[in-house]
Amino acid sequence: MAERALLAGLRDGLERLGGAATSRIWRLGFASRFFAHMLLHSGTAFRRFHLTVREIYFAGVLSLIIILVSGLFVGMVLGLQGYHTLQRYGSSEALGILVALSLVRELGPVVAGLLFASRAGSAITAEIGLMKATEQIAAMEMMAVDPIARVVAPRFWGGVISMPLLAALFSAMGIFGGYLVGVKLIGVDEGAFWSQMQAAVDVREDIVNGIIKSVVFGIAVAWIAVFEGYDAQPTAEGVSSATTRTVVTSSLAILALDFVLTAFMFTGGNGG
Amino acid sequence: MSRPPIVEIEDLSFGYEPGRPVLHGIRLRIEPGTVVGVMGQSGCGKTTLLRIIAGWLKAQSGRARVLGETLGALDEARIFALRRRMGMLFQFGALFTDMSAYDNVAFQMHEHTDLPPEMIRDLALLKLEAVGLRGAAHLMPAELSGGMARRVALARAIALDPRLMLYDEPFTGLDPISFGVIARLIRRLNDSLGQTSIIVSHDVEECFGIVDYVYMMSAGRIVAEGTPESLRRSEHPFVHQFVHGEPDGPIPFHYPAPGYAADLEAGAAGG
Repeated sequence: MAERALLAGLRDGLERLGGAATSRIWRLGFASRFFAHMLLHSGTAFRRFHLTVREIYFAGVLSLIIILVSGLFVGMVLGLQGYHTLQRYGSSEALGILVALSLVRELGPVVAGLLFASRAGSAITAEIGLMKATEQIAAMEMMAVDPIARVVAPRFWGGVISMPLLAALFSAMGIFGGYLVGVKLIGVDEGAFWSQMQAAVDVREDIVNGIIKSVVFGIAVAWIAVFEGYDAQPTAEGVSSATTRTVVTSSLAILALDFVLTAFMFTGGNGG
Repeated sequence: MSRPPIVEIEDLSFGYEPGRPVLHGIRLRIEPGTVVGVMGQSGCGKTTLLRIIAGWLKAQSGRARVLGETLGALDEARIFALRRRMGMLFQFGALFTDMSAYDNVAFQMHEHTDLPPEMIRDLALLKLEAVGLRGAAHLMPAELSGGMARRVALARAIALDPRLMLYDEPFTGLDPISFGVIARLIRRLNDSLGQTSIIVSHDVEECFGIVDYVYMMSAGRIVAEGTPESLRRSEHPFVHQFVHGEPDGPIPFHYPAPGYAADLEAGAAGG
């Protein structure tokens, strides 16, 4: 009797595990098909570029405050922490290098990406989800207008274009923050700060790789945000959980992709 | 001499999941120029039927011809082409909330035509004038009352002069004045623009006042049809209950449940 119950419990557990795995895989497949469909129907987003410009405003310009302020503070903290460590080895002039490389290679794309996911990604998901819940998406289909071309693609491309620009501004602001703390507050030599930074930061190795990262994060966040919005259950709870999923999934995606990209970019570079 | 029907449906069945049909053996025929009501309780499948006519859902069996096209055999491009000849008013209007009333009405003209901007402007104002809201052209949907939003949505639906208008519960949530305004507009636009209209609704009085013919649905089947007068006199138990709004009849007041006494006893035993 007990054995039978145990077997039944095991079978149920396995079924649930299998069910959960297949539904995840199915969803991933659906998201990929959605991505392909969106790329194929991106013509409108570029032909009528004002639609995309509007989304760059909402995703990019409106995220400026949080990006610039966070960048400034992250840079200031890097200045303090970096100085604290470097001065033990008597190399506090290298503070410029430390601040710039940390920001350009890692913190700029990653932190800007995380902030972008919470500020703009969640807004995109909520907007598309609410458009679905209030039948605006259905109305568009009924008017023989493809909502993926008209609503989704411009938001996706708006996000993809905004993200690298925001990451660049984040890094620039961070370097300025590091300069304020290191040079103006603590008194590191200004010439050393800038000249060492200039000598050590490589365009191809550091800056271009940072830009590549931010583009990849932009694609990931924008894709997740538009997909979650489009796939949201058309109810208040549905939109709310889709918004949460956007932030959680894009944050994890950014961190995981960052590891993979870093592994490819910098191990190869250092080895050579 | 008789013109072909605008909508012709034969023996159509549909279910969202296999084994759980929502519509069974639907037959209907809608003549050009008429306003036809599809009435029934919430959940009886009438909105599903409207979505099949709009080419949104594909029937599992049966035949449906709309505006001369056989549905089910059409690819997406041809369904989109068919929809350009249809207009639909959604239950709560479904106006684009990020656009003004004017931009909502002009939306389809921008998307589907190459008309010069001045002409689009004139046409959009003409449509807004037809629903009495030319003066509200610059307002955003959030600034419109429920009845006004519904009228703007109506102006948007007729923007490209559709031959077939679909109304999904057009009276839901309106005050009595807006109710009457929308009802009269539906009839007037239908007759003056030479449209054919299908109204899915459960508002007996308003609907009976403007339609030429009614199909009554219950549990996914058409249970009665006729002119409003003939249905008012009908002795069919469901039609009688529905038209006169009686709480009990073939549609029971109580949701199916085990015996009340048994339920109470179970509660007492549990406590």
